[in-house]
Amino acid sequence: MRKYSPILLLFILVLFPIVVRDHYHQHLMILVLMWVVIGSGWNVIAGYTGQVSFGDAAFFGTGAYTAGLFVTKLGLSAWWGMLFGGIAAMAIAFPFGWICFRLRGAYFALATLALNEVMRHIATVWESLTDGMVGILVMQTFVSKVPYYYIALGLAVISIIGVQIIMGSKWGYYFVSIREDQDAAESLGINTHYYKMLSLNVAAFLTGMAGALFMNYMGFIDPEVVFSLHDISIMAILVGIVGGVGTLYGPVVGAFVMVAVHEFFRTGFFGFFKGIAALTGSDMINVFAKYVMQAHVLGFGILVVLVILLLPNGIVGDWNLIVKKIFPVKTREVTG
Amino acid sequence: MEVFLQTLVSGILKGGLYGLIGMGMSLIMGVMGIINLAHGALMMVGMYVTFACFTYLGIDPYLTIFISMPSLFLLGMLIQKYTLNPLMEVDSILPENQVLMTVGIAMVLTEVARFIFSSDYKSVRTSYSGATFFIGDISFSVALVVAFFIALAFTLCMFWFLLKTDLGRSIRATAQDKDAALLMGVNSKRITILTFGLGSALVAAAGTILMPVYYLFPDIGGPFTRKAFVITILGGLGSTVGAIFGGLTLGLAEAFGATYIGMAYDDMIGLLIFILVLLFIPGGFKRLLKV
Repeated sequence: MRKYSPILLLFILVLFPIVVRDHYHQHLMILVLMWVVIGSGWNVIAGYTGQVSFGDAAFFGTGAYTAGLFVTKLGLSAWWGMLFGGIAAMAIAFPFGWICFRLRGAYFALATLALNEVMRHIATVWESLTDGMVGILVMQTFVSKVPYYYIALGLAVISIIGVQIIMGSKWGYYFVSIREDQDAAESLGINTHYYKMLSLNVAAFLTGMAGALFMNYMGFIDPEVVFSLHDISIMAILVGIVGGVGTLYGPVVGAFVMVAVHEFFRTGFFGFFKGIAALTGSDMINVFAKYVMQAHVLGFGILVVLVILLLPNGIVGDWNLIVKKIFPVKTREVTG
Repeated sequence: MEVFLQTLVSGILKGGLYGLIGMGMSLIMGVMGIINLAHGALMMVGMYVTFACFTYLGIDPYLTIFISMPSLFLLGMLIQKYTLNPLMEVDSILPENQVLMTVGIAMVLTEVARFIFSSDYKSVRTSYSGATFFIGDISFSVALVVAFFIALAFTLCMFWFLLKTDLGRSIRATAQDKDAALLMGVNSKRITILTFGLGSALVAAAGTILMPVYYLFPDIGGPFTRKAFVITILGGLGSTVGAIFGGLTLGLAEAFGATYIGMAYDDMIGLLIFILVLLFIPGGFKRLLKV
């Protein structure tokens, strides 16, 4: 069963836009697939290699801006950004990694945070290139959401397969050895600096492609959107840790859960409070609902705290634990 | 020359405050080995305590130190006891779980502050907020000078505490070698709780004395966390003396950057220093001074 579940999942995802014709749900699924790509990228550098990155938005934004600049400066299609966005993100990741991989653990994490801020600053200040806070507006290629859906699906599948191949190869074992014990890895002759750079570049490439997809799909970007710390960088971390750090399908589960939670808060528990307010005619619940809808960041924060305390390895990583908690009898036979 | 001296003075005044902010972070870093990304958010909470006391109770901002410090001390202890310490026993792949946790805590604190006080900019205006005095041609802001001396006093108290008292010695012992300290009968769990409380109280003090000359909004924590981080890198990981030098350096660099390059590049200057330090003195001042 386990062996076939990815194929089954892919089958369902391929059929999804044919069965569900509602634009809103298609839009959400495109976002989920985009987050699968970003989450996979984050998982490579943070989950497998153990170098937690708080600056995914730097790569995401670089990819998005590359795609946008192809239109505004070169007059080409924004789809060129799908390739060159990834490469541009790598061009940022390379010098950054070269300098900042001298740092370990939390210090590296904070350096990525600083990179995030600096990239946003550059995109805001360099108005002759990026138009600053005005942002970039691009005409969307397709009216329907279905082509975007399949492109996003293709990208997500490529990133999952890519991560699987990398992690099955010698690189992957080196990455994990760096996460487990950097000094031991170094003493066994692994060039940790080099492999950390490789890992960061893979992550940057995937994230940059996702950024280019975002530009093509949304049609509008500005520095506050694509270089956002909370909406991109923190969200990428959440996708990673909620789904399961260092697991192949963790980002898939995480992306689904996080987009759902985001919508859940944004729509006020899917209109739950609005319904109650209408039912009882109480103004207070309406006001409360308005607060709840603004509180998605608070919800994220509480979610981080709870997930780290209760499910430190995420839903996929702690799946056996969850099953054990829910069906205690079943597993007692196995362990007993 | 006049501009130069003026910039120098304002840089040093600012640097004293930064030192106080960085010292709390260094203390936590030294004892627990983690970067506290909620540091700026805790400062923000301290500032809101001051703001609330001043606006609703009419207490002088400097006197609110006696309210903001104990309350943040308590908050810090609770955070350490109920969210960070339990993580020590949790088995997980990522060693940075505690750092991620501090990010979560920072988000919660920021959003709760937004709930209560809204996103508007708030400030505390007192009679001495804009007051200045002159020595020669150089102007000194009264509030900043007072802040500098309070920061200095706290720093000295901190040193006395760490060097001379039993508890301070236990903290230093835990920072040097947790297992050895445990074997010598130091309750290291209690020490971590106390240290986090202490670090929070120090940053709350910094926030409070900054309040008369600064503004306040819920997201103010982010920039200050980054500054504290640059200070700790500059000073060397976990070094309290280094944090003071780091704070002074950052304060001076920001002041000169603002005067000679431009106000818009505040964050960039911090990052530039950060990269230069990494490239040329990776151990920070700690390595240069051997402290």
